[in-house]
Amino acid sequence: MTLDEAIYNQLPALQVIVPLIAVPLVAMMRARHLAWLACTLTSLLSFGIAVVITTELLAGATWQYAMGAWPAPMGIELRIDSFSALLLLIVTGASTLMLLAARVPIAAQIQSIRQPLFYAVWLLTLGGLIGILVSGDAFNIFVFMEISSLATYVLVAAGRDRRALAAVFTYIVMGTIGATFYLVGVGLIYMMTGTLNLADMGVRLEQVADSRPVMAAAAFITVGLALKAALFPLHIWLPNAYTRAPHIVTAFLAACSTKVAIYVLLRFDFLIFQESIPNHALHFAGLLLPLALAAMIVGSWVAMFEDNLKRLLAYSSIAQVGYILLGAGLISTTGLSAAVLHMFNHALIKGVLFLAVACLGVRLVQLRLSELGGVARHMPWTMSAFAAAGLSLIGVPGTAGFVSKWQLIVAALEVGPWGLVPIIAIVTSSLMAVVYIWRIVETTWFAHASTAVASVREAPSWMLVLVWLGVAANVYFGLQPQLPLTLATGAAELLLESCCD
Amino acid sequence: MEILGLFNYWVFVLLLMTGLFAIIHKSNLIKKLIGLSIFQSAVFLFYVTLDKIDEGTAPIIRDTDLVDQIYANPLPQVLILTAIVVGIATTALALAVIVRIKEEYGTIEESEMRELDRYLS
Repeated sequence: MTLDEAIYNQLPALQVIVPLIAVPLVAMMRARHLAWLACTLTSLLSFGIAVVITTELLAGATWQYAMGAWPAPMGIELRIDSFSALLLLIVTGASTLMLLAARVPIAAQIQSIRQPLFYAVWLLTLGGLIGILVSGDAFNIFVFMEISSLATYVLVAAGRDRRALAAVFTYIVMGTIGATFYLVGVGLIYMMTGTLNLADMGVRLEQVADSRPVMAAAAFITVGLALKAALFPLHIWLPNAYTRAPHIVTAFLAACSTKVAIYVLLRFDFLIFQESIPNHALHFAGLLLPLALAAMIVGSWVAMFEDNLKRLLAYSSIAQVGYILLGAGLISTTGLSAAVLHMFNHALIKGVLFLAVACLGVRLVQLRLSELGGVARHMPWTMSAFAAAGLSLIGVPGTAGFVSKWQLIVAALEVGPWGLVPIIAIVTSSLMAVVYIWRIVETTWFAHASTAVASVREAPSWMLVLVWLGVAANVYFGLQPQLPLTLATGAAELLLESCCD
Repeated sequence: MEILGLFNYWVFVLLLMTGLFAIIHKSNLIKKLIGLSIFQSAVFLFYVTLDKIDEGTAPIIRDTDLVDQIYANPLPQVLILTAIVVGIATTALALAVIVRIKEEYGTIEESEMRELDRYLS
């Protein structure tokens, strides 16, 4: 075996270990530029590994890796399929993009002496999120979930805004309740099956199908993860945490943290509970569809009237979680692939929008719409990128947002006459998105210049390059959606393969 | 007797709900955190309960001749050891946040903090 092959075979383990090993190294660095460089290179390396793994799995294969060569189900198994591969691309890609842009906004918001620690915690978050995605073991997922959550709390509270502390306390309480619910659910399943390996669990649960502990486990796990995913009405931690976090942290979290929770939710509900609980599909859809529809309408409704730019986008994110779970709630290949595709596209869209907000944040302290009048005349590149990503959020043809919304509508049409309800909700919510994006565009471009913006300059050009790279990705995946679509369809088929239809 | 046989599980549910009640009801952040700790401890009890087997002893092999000996399942104990560590980390972090809140706001009552922030914005 050559060295290349030897390394290649270890890629799943390297994917999660590389950022975790870099954490103490970065934490020990004193020079903040060096810390930034090390952190960014590590993230870039993770992204590279994710790309290699994805190309391997494009055909729909599953990469199983026995940790320490202990065979599953006794040993801990890493298991990567097209669903996790797509999410790996999102998480590592978003982290790399934000880190590349991070230097200036971080310098503005975090004391320079604390920056090396900040970057170390960032890598810890990244490692935790990756760990959730590659792990094939229920308890391992819990541990990685807590690693990423604890690190995320630190990232959110890292800024100078004292209101971030209040927001983060709520986040800690909510996040811990969610994780504890998940832990109770895993305990109940372990009680019934004696295994923690996800694949093994699915098989063994069939023997104890239709028992009360399994039902309780499904309830605990679904609610706990819905809390982590900020599904309406379990979203109250999200708007404040997103608003008060340092701008670049918001961009990173908005692109990936809720999506990883949705990933685990779909894994459990489709691969494990689907067969072991009679009519589970019906229960799942009955619970999630109304909540998803409500999230889409309420999230967009609140966003229409919100003054704070970051909070506005946070509520829009709550609506987008609704879109994703609506697709999943339709329980069909088209619906699920639309949901998974929307996870990818929404990460692209919100990542770019919040990155544009970070560009604004470099020059301005207050990000209230009422004080942003005419800012686009001073920062035309930033705000045009924002508008372009906004078009993608609305779902204008030619952008990434259009592809997944179109898929969602197609999936809803397949359901029959009742499919009209989700379609009406999708269209209404998108129209509301037109309203709140237009409000921002109108205020920043055409309103009277407010005194606060009189002397601002355009954002640093390096950040603009990255924002526009994101916009280009939005257009590219709007015109050429094959890559995410292939992975999303693979994921949908995988999730439904054990299911009824 | 079935209800008595499930005694540990009843205590688990009671603790879980007590913790949740404190989290929701109390305004003082320390009290909320105590609620959260009770909430997590309930799960520790649950895991320790589910590894218990009737007549089973501690899972330590002393005498290799005793092959018929029944042992409690050690795996949930190991799992919950990890979960306890996670719980400690969460509590430590939350306490650190409370210290910072006290420094910044001068209070740890949620209602008073909200009042102070209203003047700020």
